[in-house]
Amino acid sequence: MKKRTSVAVGALGLALGVAGSAQAATLEDVQARGVLNCVVSTGIAGFAYTDESGEWKGFDVDFCRATAAAVLGDPGAIKAVTSTGKTRFTLLNAGEGDVLWRNTTITFSRDVGVKLRFHGVNYYDGQGFMVRKDLGVSSANDLDGASVCIQTGTTTELNLADYFHANGMKYEAVTIETNDEARQNYTAGRCDVYTTDASGLAATRSTFTDPDNHIILPEIISKEPLGPATRHGDDQWSDIVTWVLNATITAEELGVTSANVDEMKSSNNPEVLRLLGVEGNQGSELGLSADWAYNIIKMVGNYGEIFERNIGVNTPIGLARGLNAQWTDGGLLYSPPFR
Amino acid sequence: MTDSTTSSHYAPGTHPDLPPPRRTTGVVGWVYKNLFSTPLNIVLTLVGVWILYLIVPPLLDWALLESVWTAENRTECWDKMEVAEEAACWAFIKSRLTLFIYGFYPEAERWRVNLSFVLLIFAILPVLYDKLPGRRHWMWYVAAFPFLVGWLLVGGLGLAPVETSEFGGFMLTLVIGVTGISFSLPLGIALALGRTSNLPALRILCVLFIEFIRGVPLIALLFVASTMLNYFLPPGTTFDLLMRVLIMVTLFAAAYIAEVVRGGLQGIPKGQVEAADSLGLSYWKAQRLIILPQALKISIPGIVNTFIGLYKDTTLVLIIGMLDPLGIGRSSLADAQWAGLAREVYLFIAVFFFLCCFGMSRYSLYLERKLHTGHER
Repeated sequence: MKKRTSVAVGALGLALGVAGSAQAATLEDVQARGVLNCVVSTGIAGFAYTDESGEWKGFDVDFCRATAAAVLGDPGAIKAVTSTGKTRFTLLNAGEGDVLWRNTTITFSRDVGVKLRFHGVNYYDGQGFMVRKDLGVSSANDLDGASVCIQTGTTTELNLADYFHANGMKYEAVTIETNDEARQNYTAGRCDVYTTDASGLAATRSTFTDPDNHIILPEIISKEPLGPATRHGDDQWSDIVTWVLNATITAEELGVTSANVDEMKSSNNPEVLRLLGVEGNQGSELGLSADWAYNIIKMVGNYGEIFERNIGVNTPIGLARGLNAQWTDGGLLYSPPFR
Repeated sequence: MTDSTTSSHYAPGTHPDLPPPRRTTGVVGWVYKNLFSTPLNIVLTLVGVWILYLIVPPLLDWALLESVWTAENRTECWDKMEVAEEAACWAFIKSRLTLFIYGFYPEAERWRVNLSFVLLIFAILPVLYDKLPGRRHWMWYVAAFPFLVGWLLVGGLGLAPVETSEFGGFMLTLVIGVTGISFSLPLGIALALGRTSNLPALRILCVLFIEFIRGVPLIALLFVASTMLNYFLPPGTTFDLLMRVLIMVTLFAAAYIAEVVRGGLQGIPKGQVEAADSLGLSYWKAQRLIILPQALKISIPGIVNTFIGLYKDTTLVLIIGMLDPLGIGRSSLADAQWAGLAREVYLFIAVFFFLCCFGMSRYSLYLERKLHTGHER
């Protein structure tokens, strides 16, 4: 009965249009709860999915686990709050999730308009097109009049409209909700073109019986920096998520892996020692334990390990590092120093 | 009279019955009468058979004869087929079966789900069959059932607690469906009585509630439950998401049930109420003994209709991030080992829902026949 009363109170509040949201310190909430609530996707191959035993796995999920390792010392202490493209920000802003690791493109309107705080990029993506080879198309500029399968509520939808408009072409949109629907529609021939981030195209193509009969066109029509987000108004928590991501990138740059992290504790490199909490007090400045980054690397791994495990060339997704290589290897990954 | 070789020897009216013409009885008669009685029927029958011929053999081939039941991943599955992707790969469903049934319920505690299911069967029996021996005593158990199973599934008081966010799959569908169905019926009846009551305040309240709920889509209510509510509750309060969904689904179904029952109430002639009054029955006695039994009887099809709708609407919880079978299907399909087997997943889920809903509709037919006491028009 008490619970029903609160629903009534909530509904009353809604009716009056009172929006009094107060943000408590997320870190304290998470530590008191003992579980990190991560907003993740309902399913994107390689990025978030469930395995046979119901474990959440994937690139984004591993970053969620890394966050949990840093904050709670336990990569298993996560709860996956699944969201579609349309509900992800509402869930985050309503406090259902503490952090969003969900294949989300950083844009101006999301950062400013939706009032999110973005914390760097964990995957550099870009929107591409996939077509059947027998369509005889070799460039995206030949796609005038094509029917295009497109996911709703995503930046790809807007990019597509922009691109076709800018090139004076027309298209017929076949809107779908998930990647799997797109696959079904595309293979059934209900659309000529499937467009989404290039990583998604590669993942989808890898599931075809005849991957060789499909080509991904050379044009990449957008920048899709994917990254984690948190709510406005909690700077400490924002710092934590930022530096969790930076720790995985820095660890790879410094050659610290889950296998050698214990030996690295006696490294000669002072930055490694600061990263692993042997020197300095970066952990306590964040409000975490001294070994927060050690836990991430030991329990989950560095950026390269997370990448190769979930979406790298040896997985069915088979993505090359490309833009997501370290800056020292010609990629864009560039973490600020741990100093 | 003893010579009966020719009919002419019978006295009028004493001829024994001849067998009916061959074409009107037995299999032949049935086929002739139902399938080939007129030229139009003949054409329709042939077209029907042709359509079945087009659909059924390929479907059987796909779903059963050529399907693959054991494989480690999609590639292996497709390798085992004559033509890749041209048959069902049930190995996928098999590998995810526990996930589809229990969701993320901890493995060591799954006996609690199984036990709840058995308890559910024993709780449904006395409700459905009034000839069950000792039904009166059973009813105490039925009344305690929701709380018993609530305790079993959620834990506490001696059992390891399980977060409701770990509920999923068919178990989640059943939890939401059964709760919604069992709580919305009494609530709906109360609302219907309130709406037809003579007390203006009560009537207006009920009308407002019913019309508000009927005017808002369920998905909007679920969104309010899952996301908006947190803005209004004091910070730090956690109010279980599943509980919010259960309340919303129940309220939603109750408003519809109320309208169905009100239709039934209006089908009862006014004379019945007046007769009850003249017997000196109180309002509640009159409702309980005279009005409601008749009103509910004629509302059965509508009530079951609402229940079936509610049961299927449980899949909407996917949108607010609860993993019902559809959600489990989605997240499983994102596993690169298996991606691309959407048809199998959705067919499997469709069969589950069909069995549940078909069962409900059959039971409602049975109930209608049983309660058919002669005033059917």
